[in-house]
Amino acid sequence: MNLEKVIFAFFIVLALTINFGFFIGDIDNPDHHNVYELYAALVISLIATVLKFGDRTHIGAVLLATSLVADVQLIIAAVIWGVVEHVTQTGMTPHVMAAIVSLSGGALLANITSVVLFVIETSMMRR
Amino acid sequence: MNNILFVFLRRLHVPLIVLITVYAISVLGFVLIPGVDDQGNPWRMDFFHAFYFVSYMGSTIGFGEIPYEFTGAQRMWTTFTIYATVISWLYAIGYMLTIVQDPALRNLLTEHRFRRGVRRISEPFYLICGYGDTGNFLVRALNEAGIRAVVVEIDQDRINQLELEGYNTYVPGLCADASVPDNLIKAGLQNLDCAGVVALTNQDAVNLKVAITSKLLNPGLRTIARAETHDVEKNIASFGTDHIINPFDTFAGRLALALHSPGMYLLYEWMTSVPHESLREPVFPPSGRWILCGYGRFGKAVHERLKAEGVSSTVIEATPEITGTPSDGVVVGRGTEAETLHEADIQHAVGLVAGTDDDANNLSIVMTARSLNPDLFTVLRQNGRANDVIFNAVQSDLIMQRGNIIARKIFATITNPVLTDFLRLARRHDDDWANQLISRIGGIIGNEAPHVWMLTLDEENAPAVNTALESGETLTVQNIITDPHDFSRTLPLIVLLIKRPGDEAEQEIILPAGQEPLQPGDQLLLCGRFGSQSSVEWLVANLNVLEYVLYGEDRPAGTIWRRWVRRNHAARELQ
Repeated sequence: MNLEKVIFAFFIVLALTINFGFFIGDIDNPDHHNVYELYAALVISLIATVLKFGDRTHIGAVLLATSLVADVQLIIAAVIWGVVEHVTQTGMTPHVMAAIVSLSGGALLANITSVVLFVIETSMMRR
Repeated sequence: MNNILFVFLRRLHVPLIVLITVYAISVLGFVLIPGVDDQGNPWRMDFFHAFYFVSYMGSTIGFGEIPYEFTGAQRMWTTFTIYATVISWLYAIGYMLTIVQDPALRNLLTEHRFRRGVRRISEPFYLICGYGDTGNFLVRALNEAGIRAVVVEIDQDRINQLELEGYNTYVPGLCADASVPDNLIKAGLQNLDCAGVVALTNQDAVNLKVAITSKLLNPGLRTIARAETHDVEKNIASFGTDHIINPFDTFAGRLALALHSPGMYLLYEWMTSVPHESLREPVFPPSGRWILCGYGRFGKAVHERLKAEGVSSTVIEATPEITGTPSDGVVVGRGTEAETLHEADIQHAVGLVAGTDDDANNLSIVMTARSLNPDLFTVLRQNGRANDVIFNAVQSDLIMQRGNIIARKIFATITNPVLTDFLRLARRHDDDWANQLISRIGGIIGNEAPHVWMLTLDEENAPAVNTALESGETLTVQNIITDPHDFSRTLPLIVLLIKRPGDEAEQEIILPAGQEPLQPGDQLLLCGRFGSQSSVEWLVANLNVLEYVLYGEDRPAGTIWRRWVRRNHAARELQ
């Protein structure tokens, strides 16, 4: 067992699960989507990205790319949330909520890809 | 570059994760801790304000407590997070600086810069392995001649020296072992622009490896290798290395030449000089018995040559039990002390060769010998370039610098393959012939070394001459060296050799006469002042200039004018 691999897998899977937790629920209902969950998803996703730095293999590069996609989507979602609450002062409308959740849905897809790739890589190791 | 980025990112794992974690915890704390607004109502910071606050606090900018004054609990959390964020920032930045200064990363960076430098060379270049005295001299000469070079050298000090040299063009240098094929590939061995490899390290094994590597990885490449022993020489020759240079043989051969035929020696020196060198004065070594100090590899080679030239010599050697003794006996001693020199009968010798491998001893030998016999003709062997100043101060009759002689030979081989043929042919003539040629050359050049170059009469290099010859006109050597500004004058040039590709064997005409007719495909070796090359190149490339030189008048260049002139001529002839 390799501690590095444990931590790596932990963060990759955690990024997916938290992201999923935020995503699930009615798409335009603000009551179904917790801001803390989005925050946690973003932080975990950033940590997962850093962990993927420096892997020179091809699969490592693809893993890093999926992670960066998830980061970008989640950061945009968080920025939209901050803008409607504090800059335009419009408050959270179902329309905005739907936009934020669909962005996190995109990040979810990227995270799923990430986990699938990780599983493939692990199964190829045979050790 | 990719490698460097990956190494950098890989090392940054820990500090980046620490930073993200500390920020996440700090932000979360501010969101969770309840506060009050300006009206005293309970209020909670949202993520946006929390991130804003932590960002400016963490970077110690400090705008104060916003949007509302903090409660005691919030201040307590702030105190904690100030320390946490500042420490994690310092840790991350410190770590980054350590990585930048890490020798491994620095090596990667220098290597990357070197490879980029090599990649950017878009003209033919030579790969020089070994940047000692010889390598240094060779690179300098190539640089003067406008030929690019890349250096691989194992000693970092010499690479530093290369960087400080201030060449006109950038000479990339890599501090690496040339015997590792990977390093040669990094230095552009397989580049399309690589014109040749010169192996000049002081280890035969390395030179052998370099030669074999380049022959295997890029068979079309010209390889020139230095070999100190005859064994290795044969070994290197066995797989088709183009030129093998034995420093001792070359050096001894040149010295013997200087003693036996000074005119020929001077011709060699002039022909193989590097651009913008000052002209060497002729030397006149006396004939008689010589004293030879040092019977190492160099001494043996000199002794052999002297014997072959019929010059008698007395050998002085400090450790004959190691070096062996010549058949005609040896005087044991270093030659630096008067007794040994007396024993070798210095009073009745005409010349002395101080040829040990120690510069200080050589100087000492010459000084001692001179005080015993002031008329002595002294030849000094100089091993290291660093001693230039003292060697010049001792005012010996002939100083032979091994590195320079070999570098000159290689330089001539690289830049001018026909020159080697000329020198080979010249050896068949006697010293008087060489002296006559020397005075002819001396008459046309100033006090700078002559410029020797090659001209091929083909479509690419001499289109005008080629066209004229193919249309059946007769051109002579004299036509080529006529001044294109004034056809009654001759350029200060000498055609040294014509190499004519024949059906069976190549024809070689040394010092052709002026009326010698030229043929398409001829290779001409010319010698003259710097700058005269451009006049000749203009002449052989421009049909109008050539016609002016041939007929002494400006021929009309355009079709209409040509017809006009022809009709006029015809009309005049009718009258």
